This record gives sequence, C-alpha cells and structure tokens, in this order.
Amino acid sequence: MTLPETSQMVAGRSKGARARGRAAVVARFLVVIVTTYLGLLAVTFFIGRVIPIDPVLAVLGDRAPAHVVERVREEMGLNLPLYQQFFRYLGDALQGNFGTSVLTTNPVMTDIRRVLPATVELATLGTLIGSLIGVPLGVLAAVKRGSLIDQAVRIIGLIGYSVPIFWLALLSLLLFYAQLRWVAFPGRIDVVYEYTFTPKTGLFLLDSLWQRQWDVFRDVFRHIILPASLLGYVSLAYISRMTRNFMLNELSQEYIVAARAKGLSETRIIWFHALRNAAVPLVTVIALSYASLLEGSVLTETVFAWPGIGLYITNSLQNADMNAVLGGTIVIGSIFIAINILSDILYRTLDPRTRAR
Amino acid sequence: MTAVPSVPMSRRDWLLSDRPQSRTQARLGRAYMTWRRFSANRLALVGLGILMLLILMAIFAGVLSPHSPVSGNLAGARLLPPGSPGYLLGTDEQGRDILSRLLHGSRLTLFVIILVAVIAAPTGLIVGAVAGYAGGWVDAVLMRITDIFLAFPKLVLALALVAALGPGIENAVLAIAVTSWPPYARIARAETMTVRNADYIAAVRLMGASPLRIVLLHVMPMCLSSLIVRITLDMAGVILTAAGLGFLGLGAQPPLPEWGAMIASGRRFILDQWWVATMPGIAILLVSLAFNLLGDGLRDALDPREAGQ
Repeated sequence: MTLPETSQMVAGRSKGARARGRAAVVARFLVVIVTTYLGLLAVTFFIGRVIPIDPVLAVLGDRAPAHVVERVREEMGLNLPLYQQFFRYLGDALQGNFGTSVLTTNPVMTDIRRVLPATVELATLGTLIGSLIGVPLGVLAAVKRGSLIDQAVRIIGLIGYSVPIFWLALLSLLLFYAQLRWVAFPGRIDVVYEYTFTPKTGLFLLDSLWQRQWDVFRDVFRHIILPASLLGYVSLAYISRMTRNFMLNELSQEYIVAARAKGLSETRIIWFHALRNAAVPLVTVIALSYASLLEGSVLTETVFAWPGIGLYITNSLQNADMNAVLGGTIVIGSIFIAINILSDILYRTLDPRTRAR
Repeated sequence: MTAVPSVPMSRRDWLLSDRPQSRTQARLGRAYMTWRRFSANRLALVGLGILMLLILMAIFAGVLSPHSPVSGNLAGARLLPPGSPGYLLGTDEQGRDILSRLLHGSRLTLFVIILVAVIAAPTGLIVGAVAGYAGGWVDAVLMRITDIFLAFPKLVLALALVAALGPGIENAVLAIAVTSWPPYARIARAETMTVRNADYIAAVRLMGASPLRIVLLHVMPMCLSSLIVRITLDMAGVILTAAGLGFLGLGAQPPLPEWGAMIASGRRFILDQWWVATMPGIAILLVSLAFNLLGDGLRDALDPREAGQ
C-alpha cells in the first residue's frame, strides 16, 4: 500500500470531502504513472545518448567520410543541447518511434510488434501453469503447516528461487528433447508449418485452435510446453510461497473460528472463505509474477531460440544495435510499469478496506 | 543498588543475565540470543556452511586447484568426463580442469556479491534514512525516485546498461548495483519512520546532536538488521543475474572462469559432454540456495516480528 494517508482521509468524511479524497487518489496515481514513465525514458535516454562512445559511429561505422558524419549528426539532432535532445527523444518515444534497427534495417517498433506476441504467449502460459499449480500447493502447505507437504513445497520453492533458469533450461532440453523426445527442437514452430500456417493474432496456440489446424496446434504445443513449464516453475516458487503466507494469515482470523463454530466443513472454510480473502493480495502477486516472467523470458528465450522480445534484445545486444536494445527495454519497461500500476489499482478495487467505509 | 549475587555464574548465565553490568555484556548477551535463535534453524546453518566453504574456496583457490584455471591441455585432455584421472569434474573444450575453474570462479562470485553489496546497500541506506528522517518534500522526491527505479524491469535494465558500458565484470557489477538499491531505501525509510519520533532520538536532539549525527549514529544502526536480512536474500538473485549476464557474454570475459560464462561455453557440448555446462550450474545453484537459506534464518533470528510467517 503506497497511499495509506489518502485512503484514511477518505474514510468518515462528508460526501464532498470523500469525492475530493477520491480525486486526490486519482491525481496521485496520475503523478505516479507520469513520473515513472518519464523516469524510464530519462534512464534509457541516459543509457543511449550519454554513456556510449558515439551514436553516429554506431550507425555509420568508423570509415565514413567527415561530411557524412556531420550530416548524420545533424539529422540525429546530436548537435543540439542535451535537454533539447531529450525533448526530441521524449516526443519520438511517446509516438513509438525508437529509430531503425541496424541489424534488421526495420523500424524498431515494427520489429517489436512482430516479436512481442511470442513472448506474451510464453509468459501467459507460464503464469497460468505457475498459478494453477502454485496456489493449491501454497494452500496445502498452509493448511498442513509443518507437515511433510509443507516442507516439500518449501524446498521446491527454494530451489525455484535459487536455480539459474538458463541452466535448468539446458538440462531440461537434454532430458526432454535429446533423451526422451517428448518435446520439439528449440524454436516456436516446425519449419514444415512455417509457410502453411498464417497466424492472425501472433499467439500461435490460439490461432491454430481458431483455425482448427490440429496438427499445427500439436506442434506448437510441443514447442511451447517446455519453456512455459520452466517459467511456470519460477513463478510457482513465488506464488506458492506468497499463497502460504496469505493463507496462514487468513486462517488465524476470527471469522475462521466463527465459521468453524457454525459447523462448516473444513474444505469449505479453506477453499471458499479463507482462499477468497487471500485471493485479494494474490491477484497482485500473480500480476507481479507475470510482469517478471515477461522480463525473465530473456534468458529462457535465448536457450530455446524462442523468437520473442527477449531473444530480440539479446541478439541486438550482441550486434551493438542500441536502438533495438533501448526500444525493447522501453517496451518491456512500459508493460512492466503498467502491470505494476494496474495490480495496485486492482488491489484497491478488490479490497474494501482500502476504500471509503 | 542490589547486591551482585556471590554465587559464581556459568558463562551462559552471565550472557543471559537480565541485569548486565556493562554494555559489552548486554551486547554479547543479545548476540548470544540471536545466535541461539539462528542456530536452531538447521537449514540456515547449512546455508552458512556453504558460504563459509565458498569463502575458503576463494581464499585457497590457488592452493587447492590441481591445474591452471585458464590454460588447458589441448592435446591430451579435451572434454574428459568427470572422474578421469587427475580431473575430478572433467575438462572443458580447451582441456581445462573444470574443478580448478570452479575454484577460481568462486573468487569472481565473491567479487560480484561484495561489490554489489558495498555499492547498493549504503546508497539505499542513505537515501532511505535521509528521506525518512527529513520528511516533507525531501522525502517525497527521494521516494518518488526510488519508486521509479523499483518499477523498472531489473534484468532488462541491467542488460541495456551493460550494452552501453561495454561487457565486463565491473560493468556487470555496476549495472546490478544500480538496479538493486531501491528496496534498501524503502526498508531504511520504513525503519527510520518508526524510530524518528522515539524518545531516545528526542533525547539526543535535546543534547544538541546535529541531524547528520542523529541520522548517521542513531537512526542508521536501527535499520541494519532488516537491511542485512534483505541483502542476504537479494544476493541469491544477484548471483543469478550476474551468471545470466555472464551466460549472455556480457559479464566476465574469457578466459575468466566465471560460472555463467562457463555454462555458455558448455552449451555447445550439452548433448554429448553434459558435464561442461552442468558443473558450474550446480555451483551457482548451491551458492544461491545458501543465500536464500541463510537469509530466511537471519530473518527469523533478527526480526522476530516477521518470524513465523
């Protein structure tokens, strides 16, 4: 909770004061959004324009004649004072104009539009796997506190927190691809289907399902399941631990005692009453873990040759393609910030205690 | 004044005395209690043990290593499996002993951890303590900056920074430190807010202490225990990020035996020579796990408020 003062201000006042209080909350949210985005753009501007050797050299190479270098410098606005450059950069970035990728020669935004759905699909499936397994595991661990199950969930979680994901990815490829042949070769889709299958949304699982291309669906599934499970494992570690904490907190509340006294079955108490209240902070946790998977897919995508934004960024990094790297950073950063703020708003909407009474 | 009991006390009783005769006795007594709470947690002791081992490995890497970590036997010892005579964990594609490389790599791991902690923790501590103690617009501005950094995707930002600064282990450290100070600032601020209006601070102020002195000597020490817990837990993530940067070729450069970079070079042989990439991964996992275990144990021992959760 970042704004306790305002929500307390809202409580117990007249209608007009309450509306003003609500306006203050909205205003503060706007300030948060605007300053955070400005901060993101300022940092990327700093990284892209202030630190590197020479942006012109990065575009032209060091053998370009002097007058060309001068012309490009003027075109890029590098002869202007730094603050004017920043405003230009702001204007461009807000319009989604991150310049041209040196590597692909496309506008960076076009590239990102092409690769982003792959990452979204991967991270979404990962979060689904993580929450569908992590939440029940966390509930079980809390209910059977101190038992073998609790210990097991704790250890599974600890390893999930501690394992280098790219290493686990390599080992799982060795096992599930090379040895067992359960999953497909790294990549997103088999070459066979690459030309026969025309995706609409870019989310291949949904697209193939929509077009009833079952063999494509099967192939896409065999490609996505391993990286998604790995990401799912990482988010499971976080989600199960937080679920356990929230549930322990709920189970010690008085309404649970009251429910027991009323004679409700333990199953009902746990899965309906306690979990329902624990679900409010859990939504935030799941949203945050989704955001971190979008980011964390960078390393996983590299190992699985998954053509998403993570692989795009790392490929650009290795080719000193700064426009692409910064564009990717801004896009991931924007999504990350948006999810952060959305989850905060969601938390306020779902939890009546943060609202006016 | 009550008479000091004349019965000889055991060392334990002396430590646990509820009427310590000196500051040192009181401090030692508290430390003893903390240690008792901490050492009751077996997993935390395991974590501590692994980290001690890591430090010993780093100190004695030169003595313990059977071979050179950077130059191998290209002619006769390429890609030997673990258990080969003279090469306990096998060799890599350049005939270098993996065990020797892991031993020397522990130095790089420690280097990263220590530097990140030394840069990020004081930064966060100062920002948070100043914000919390000063309040008003100073607090608002500092915390807004902290929150902005907190809202960034850490790994991607670190990647972009290293891309601009150029690959290398020092730049990797810098990039990780820049992205990891904000949580410390928040913790330090929260702790500062709780002690700011305490009576002892008012007493110090009445005695004429300057704000700088109050923040440095009377506020910051109160933030330390929560901060230490958080730093310990964060180090697990720092190791993973550093290894990730190394894996992408942005961290330590060859031929340095950085564990993440070792996994990257073993990646090409993963199908036939699995050990080249597997061994350094186990090392990373163990050290990261150790920090997580130690951090959990420290939290229970130092911060009884949160224990039991």
